Amino acid sequence: MKISLRSWGFILKRLGYSIVSLFGLSILIFLIARVLPGDPARLALGPQAPQSAVNSLRAALHLNDPIYIQYGYWLYGIFTGNWGMSLFTQRNVLLDVQAYLPATIELILTAAILDIVISVPLGVLAGRMANSAVDNTIRVISYLGIAIPAFVVAILLQLIFGYTLYWFPIVGRLSQGVTPPPTITGLYVVDSLLTGNFSTMLNAAWHLILPAFALALGPIAQEARIMRSSVVENLSKDYTLAEVSHGLPERSIMLKYLLKPSLIPTLTIYALDISAQIANAFLVELIFNWPGFSRYGLNAMLSKDLNAIVAVVMVAGVMFVVANILVDITVGYLDPRIRLQVRSEE
Amino acid sequence: MRLNLSLSKKYGKYWYKFRRNKLSIVGLIAIGVVLFVAVFAPWISPYPASAGLYVNFNKAGLPPSLAHLFGTDEYGRDVLSRLMFGFRYSLELVAVVLSIDVIPGVVLGLVAGYYISRWFSTVIMRVADVFIAVPPLILALSVASILKPGGINAFMAIALAWWPWYTRLVYSSTSSIRNEDFVRAAELVGASPAHIMFKEILPNNLGSILTKVTLDGGWAILIGAALSYVGLGAQAPTPDLGTMISDGAAYLPAQWWISMFPAAAIVLVILGFNLIGDGVNDMFSSGVR
Repeated sequence: MKISLRSWGFILKRLGYSIVSLFGLSILIFLIARVLPGDPARLALGPQAPQSAVNSLRAALHLNDPIYIQYGYWLYGIFTGNWGMSLFTQRNVLLDVQAYLPATIELILTAAILDIVISVPLGVLAGRMANSAVDNTIRVISYLGIAIPAFVVAILLQLIFGYTLYWFPIVGRLSQGVTPPPTITGLYVVDSLLTGNFSTMLNAAWHLILPAFALALGPIAQEARIMRSSVVENLSKDYTLAEVSHGLPERSIMLKYLLKPSLIPTLTIYALDISAQIANAFLVELIFNWPGFSRYGLNAMLSKDLNAIVAVVMVAGVMFVVANILVDITVGYLDPRIRLQVRSEE
Repeated sequence: MRLNLSLSKKYGKYWYKFRRNKLSIVGLIAIGVVLFVAVFAPWISPYPASAGLYVNFNKAGLPPSLAHLFGTDEYGRDVLSRLMFGFRYSLELVAVVLSIDVIPGVVLGLVAGYYISRWFSTVIMRVADVFIAVPPLILALSVASILKPGGINAFMAIALAWWPWYTRLVYSSTSSIRNEDFVRAAELVGASPAHIMFKEILPNNLGSILTKVTLDGGWAILIGAALSYVGLGAQAPTPDLGTMISDGAAYLPAQWWISMFPAAAIVLVILGFNLIGDGVNDMFSSGVR
């Protein structure tokens, strides 16, 4: 199922399917959260609260109604901005999500940039020098990179560059005493740049590097391997041979004719990896005490904060689905064959 | 006799393709060793008592030495012994999750791909899409958090998040070959749908399924470790690598051995599965890479 920029109908269809999936996801997670033992009202008030208070809260939360009515109330709330109260922060979950999401987006975007900037050159280098010492070194690094869990990378980076070398800060988004920039996008680096506060920008960027790299290492390894194998494959294609025999300089073959087709499989996996980063961020944010959406989600899960859990899963789902649609559009843009294929299917 | 010969020839080809890449052999050895250690942990671990409720504060936090090759943890338990028992939990996780997920996932994918124009194909794939609409780790974490924390519930949570990936894989390859001539021919001679799905179409998918199964061994452990790390996996005192890392992280950097050896052990297992996965992929791919 691939899409092109011109097949808007196809994109719309895909979008429709995604919306249906997200509705399904909301039903699934809502059911799991409500059907399992444990009274949300009791959880919210604590074990000491009198039964009468629990009963009135049950009524206020519509917990005595059948499950589909409860779902209806919940869905209505989602679209009218009432996402339910978080037990953990004692306020509307929507406000929490708005407060914590930018920090995570900043982290994931930084990881995404590190990923593509490092993995593509590594993959091209390894593919160009296939089976050399350089290639083998990159291969070993990438095997390890895929096998090390992101939270172990996070601990190691903290240990080496934080505790031992003091090169980077260990926790948080800004050093103590540094005032956060005024909120424009919520991304500290962007906001402080927009307001011209360079020292804050550098401070924020400095805090970003370790957690972002902890997130990026696995994807870097993955993408470098895929880039390598598609470069190797394209190098053995007839069109490359034709270019070589026409005497085109190697540089232009590599950068102009080979890079684009080789990027297609890499970008597909790249985008999938980036969209899955919101999940990896759960543990990395915990370790770096990063005040983001994922750490909020994890706290919600550990304290059985049902409204927040449902919201976190749904927001993660929306981000995941949107990212996946963007992948298909990008791949369709890069590969004209896919565009043609879709048009002939219609 | 002749049958035996042709059989060994057939499997010999796969084995040849597998072992052509030395790294696949390394992976096979790694997982073989891990499996051996896990099975025989009670007999070969130096301090089997460390796997259970055991406290000896006189020996707490000892660095690696000849008596304790990987040191001891904050309760005086031998890290090496706990690590050996920890492999058990990791391999159990892989075995349980894969045995729950692979068969239903594959069968649903076959059915949905073969009967692609029927209503239940749409239903199956839309339901699978629901589970795929969020990263598996998030679904597993949230389900595990709502359930009572514990090893078995963590397995279930991971299994719930995992099956649709098999359905989707098998569905896309099945739907692309369901109109090939050999399927048409089987239909013409009156073969039953079950025969066509399992005897004609399934063997064509076997390579990609087996590759995914071996690679998923690594991914399942990765997700299981993440669940354990936040305390939603195996509960104390069950030795489990993810829990050992998170408990030991409190003693970093001074007593690094408490968390770093389990971390290395997890990397070893995941790496082993990945290397085998690449080998299985080579086995079923034609020609040179």
